[in-house]
Amino acid sequence: MIPGVFTYHRPSSVAEAVAILANHGDEARPLSGGHSLIPMMKLRMAAPEHLVDLGGIAALKGISEDGDTITIGAMTTQHELIGSDLLSAKLPIIRETALMIADPQIRYVGTLGGNVANGDPGNDMPALMQCLDASYVLTGPDGDRQVAARAFYEAAYFTALAPEEILTSIRIPVPAAGHGYAYEKLKRKVGDYATAAAAIVLTMNGGTVGMCSVALTNVADTPLFASEAGDILTGSTLDAATVKRAVAAAEAITQPASDGRGPAEYRTKMAGVMVERALARAAERARS
Amino acid sequence: MSDIEQIPVTMTVNGKKVQRFVEARTLLIHFLREELNLTGPHIGCETSHCGACTVEMNGMSVKSCTLFAVQANAAELTTIEGMANADGTLSALQEGFRQMHGLQCGFCTPGMITRAHRLLQENPNPTEDEIRMGISGNLCRCTGYQNIVKAIQYAAAKLNGTEFQEAAE
Repeated sequence: MIPGVFTYHRPSSVAEAVAILANHGDEARPLSGGHSLIPMMKLRMAAPEHLVDLGGIAALKGISEDGDTITIGAMTTQHELIGSDLLSAKLPIIRETALMIADPQIRYVGTLGGNVANGDPGNDMPALMQCLDASYVLTGPDGDRQVAARAFYEAAYFTALAPEEILTSIRIPVPAAGHGYAYEKLKRKVGDYATAAAAIVLTMNGGTVGMCSVALTNVADTPLFASEAGDILTGSTLDAATVKRAVAAAEAITQPASDGRGPAEYRTKMAGVMVERALARAAERARS
Repeated sequence: MSDIEQIPVTMTVNGKKVQRFVEARTLLIHFLREELNLTGPHIGCETSHCGACTVEMNGMSVKSCTLFAVQANAAELTTIEGMANADGTLSALQEGFRQMHGLQCGFCTPGMITRAHRLLQENPNPTEDEIRMGISGNLCRCTGYQNIVKAIQYAAAKLNGTEFQEAAE
């Protein structure tokens, strides 16, 4: 399996990369880790005429904290996310999720930016970014703009990213210290996409939920921010009846495909089970 | 197809500097096998699942079927051909795979050993679970993994200067 012919570009700055993309429009694709794009090119399901390798742009790497926001460069790899002490302390759900993506070799190369920008509903980071209310910084010929993860995904592989733009960084508001969190992913084997997965971040005040954010992976053609489920849980004591209502609200917004991972009805139910498990684990981890 | 642009690449492979011209679409696995005649890294699934093509690049285990050779420009690479000790004797991992029968058909072995090498660099004393997760990107269809895990435990013990104790079954 050999990809079609393309012209290879390796810019050393974002401005240079954007200029190349602007020149070639739809015929150019940025290359980050390549572990989604290169397999598609090998299958000839993607055949960009110009490939713009972002691997030479040092400014796209790294994790930094500025006040109550953590900014992660788009070319930061899953392996680097897993190894980051800052993220382990402030946003441990990122490490938990990254460890469930693909396998060790792929995590050395696969990037956060590629994972969220590609628009593949199977990817895990998009729902997590919606759960965390992250914003994506998109850089184009006219400069930067920010789009909320919750508003970025339009359909499978269709996003708010324009052909001449690059997703350059991800900005995440740091959740309150002592927050509870969990990413629960049902998959058939290591390296598989989720049959269904749920990300939850919450805070507890005494026995009451202060805030709760819920998002779902791979149960529709986009990641799903389950705002109603989060609203139902907020202010509750996580009693069985409320949890049941929230799970039903999360299940109600799913529209999974029937495929090798199971029939649609099953995957919807599994989304509910993932929400319930993530909720239990997040509540257990929260300090009140 | 001589009109396809040829791009110069330079890399250090198993300690030797190499320089070639490649098409941009040349995958690293094809570059290693066909240009450098390093046929240790294998082409298995070609879809980044099986890990038979695993090589070491700049201190990372990578699947060379899912990288372009141009992306490895200026990189340091080690393949299974570079895993033996400098004096030609078997490395602790190679010895472990031999002693513990960590292979049957041998197809996955170059990838397994290359991956296990990086695992032990990062975690010199892994638990059995950590070994299994550490090699979860490498498929073996013969051994059921039991003896591969033992081989890696053998190598870890040898590198740590401790006695390898095979767990009772």
